[in-house]
Amino acid sequence: MNDKTRRIRVVLAKPGLDGHDQGAKVVARALMDAGMEVIYTGLRQTPESVTRIALEEGADVIALSSMAGSHLPFCRKLKPLLEHEGLGDKLWIIGGKLPERDHDELRALGFKGVFPSGSRLDEIVNFVRTNVS
Amino acid sequence: MNSNDASQEKLRPVRNESGIDIQPLYTAEDVARSGGAAMVGLPGEYPFTRGIHPLMYRKQPWTMRQYTGFGKSSETNQRFHYLIANGQTGLNVAFDLPTQCGYDSDDPMAEGEVGRVGMAVDTLRDVEIAFEGIDLDKITVSLTINGAAAILIAMYLAMAEKRGYDTKTLRGTAQNDILKEFIGRGTWIYPVEPSIRLVGDTIEYCAQHAPKYSPVSVCGYHIRESGANPAQEMAYAFCIARAYADEVLRRGLPIDEFAGRLSFNFNIHGNLFEQVCKFRAARGLWAKIMKEQYGATRPGSMWMRMIAGGGGSGLTLEQPEVNIVRGAYYALISALSGAQTMALCCYDEAYTIPSEYAQRLSLRTMQILIEEMGLCDTVDALAGSYYVETLTNQMRSRMEEIMAEVDAGGGIVRQIADGTIQARVSAQAYKMQRDIESGAFRKVGVNCYRTEAASPDVVFHPYDEVAAQEQIESLNNVRATRDSAHVLSTLARVRDDARSGVNLMPAIMDAVKAYASVGEITRELVSVFGHCREPVRF
Repeated sequence: MNDKTRRIRVVLAKPGLDGHDQGAKVVARALMDAGMEVIYTGLRQTPESVTRIALEEGADVIALSSMAGSHLPFCRKLKPLLEHEGLGDKLWIIGGKLPERDHDELRALGFKGVFPSGSRLDEIVNFVRTNVS
Repeated sequence: MNSNDASQEKLRPVRNESGIDIQPLYTAEDVARSGGAAMVGLPGEYPFTRGIHPLMYRKQPWTMRQYTGFGKSSETNQRFHYLIANGQTGLNVAFDLPTQCGYDSDDPMAEGEVGRVGMAVDTLRDVEIAFEGIDLDKITVSLTINGAAAILIAMYLAMAEKRGYDTKTLRGTAQNDILKEFIGRGTWIYPVEPSIRLVGDTIEYCAQHAPKYSPVSVCGYHIRESGANPAQEMAYAFCIARAYADEVLRRGLPIDEFAGRLSFNFNIHGNLFEQVCKFRAARGLWAKIMKEQYGATRPGSMWMRMIAGGGGSGLTLEQPEVNIVRGAYYALISALSGAQTMALCCYDEAYTIPSEYAQRLSLRTMQILIEEMGLCDTVDALAGSYYVETLTNQMRSRMEEIMAEVDAGGGIVRQIADGTIQARVSAQAYKMQRDIESGAFRKVGVNCYRTEAASPDVVFHPYDEVAAQEQIESLNNVRATRDSAHVLSTLARVRDDARSGVNLMPAIMDAVKAYASVGEITRELVSVFGHCREPVRF
């Protein structure tokens, strides 16, 4: 059912109060350059607003960028909301300042792609391409 | 190889980040061609290229002001005392994100964020605890706060007043640069126009009630962190500073009554000569703008006073201990550039809130320059170098071009409100990331000289959920013991004054003295101003 004519749609969100959006915007540009459609939410998103936007935009990929350390509490709240709206089969990825000790829990929460600061843009792009079904 | 061969050798072209081509050799002719020595002058004299004071560090070394704050105000207070005991001469306060964005610690938006990246402040009580036992005449305090700056300045002044200080003689700084928050860092609350009004209110209020306090520190720093090059960093910061000056002039205050208290916060990472020349060039340019465009007559109004030394995006996650060396070079650049104040990035900062150990290392780094390396002996030691004077002239021209470009595009306020500047800066950040990944821009430990050898562990600052809970309890405690009717009447006045357009600071001062919280005061202002809607453009 992989429709080659449809571009991959990525909702890229900045969770919580963290205002460091340089990384998110850089990744957004890389995904757009790779031919994907990126809906960048801007700052201050709640778990509820991320879910709503992902649903409304028909996202194939739900991507978060977190630089201020509150990724775990946010993702713990986001997971049931996404699942409740039937977005559990979409690709969830997260990037930013993510200490290694948190990677296992993020994966267990359903974030298939975990990209700590320092990850290469091509690595992120390829991961998305490979994992969107 | 004879000399003939050498002259025909094809040299690798070098262009600095600001877009200026760098020659292998400079002579007096290059200085003349780039504009000559007209802007050099003497330190302490217009145009201040060589420094704002005649004797600079020979008279007094820079203020050492490491950025600190976490958890409850009592914990931060302990760290302040530790740093002062280790020779730090100023404080630089980090606030948590709820405080910066105008939320109380018990707000749902604050969940998981209380005390995480800085100190939590809900009411005046927290500010009182944070500065307990610190002599505010000896240690000047810088508040890194923007969207909620009017409230935190009010709390600081109220705390000082309660302790018997005369606000007329009180020194200190608030960051309070909201326009740059829209470009990078993102702790805006209200739309652009009322945000500028609040900055104007604080400048006007301080000019009258706390004339030695610096109510604004205009930050090129975060614009650079977001992807701007060094020339853009200065040019955009100057455009923003002019926007604040224009706002205050509109209220009828003469330029010389407030311009002397405007200060700046700049970034230091990158090429050493480009940074040093950037600062020398900018000092002359700012003096010229103030004198020629604004008609300032007091020398102090023309001074580009600055804090420098930080440059987080120059540090690397890879081989974090190498950041100690980078930090030492950053301090050297700041000293050669004539910074009034330094806040060095700590080596563990790419990972966590700096440990006491990392902060002590940063202090020692600066102290070595002062005590052992002779950086305080002679003013503007690089002056007169053909290269430095040429590049200083060229950097000044670049900055003037960029400022003219902003003016031609409708001005900085409009271009920030519609996202133009943000898009330009983030396009550059993207290009830089691509250049780092391709190896075109070299970064040691990242795209060259990588190693499999393990680095010493960075100790993570833990998030303290108990402290976050205690912060909420202490807020509830304040709420239970304050005079609620009085709080409500002060909040009503904040709302009324927001509507009527008078200066909001007197009303905010009354509210904080009644122990109204950051969140409560912010809600009143939002009810009149609304929330910012972020312009997202690529």
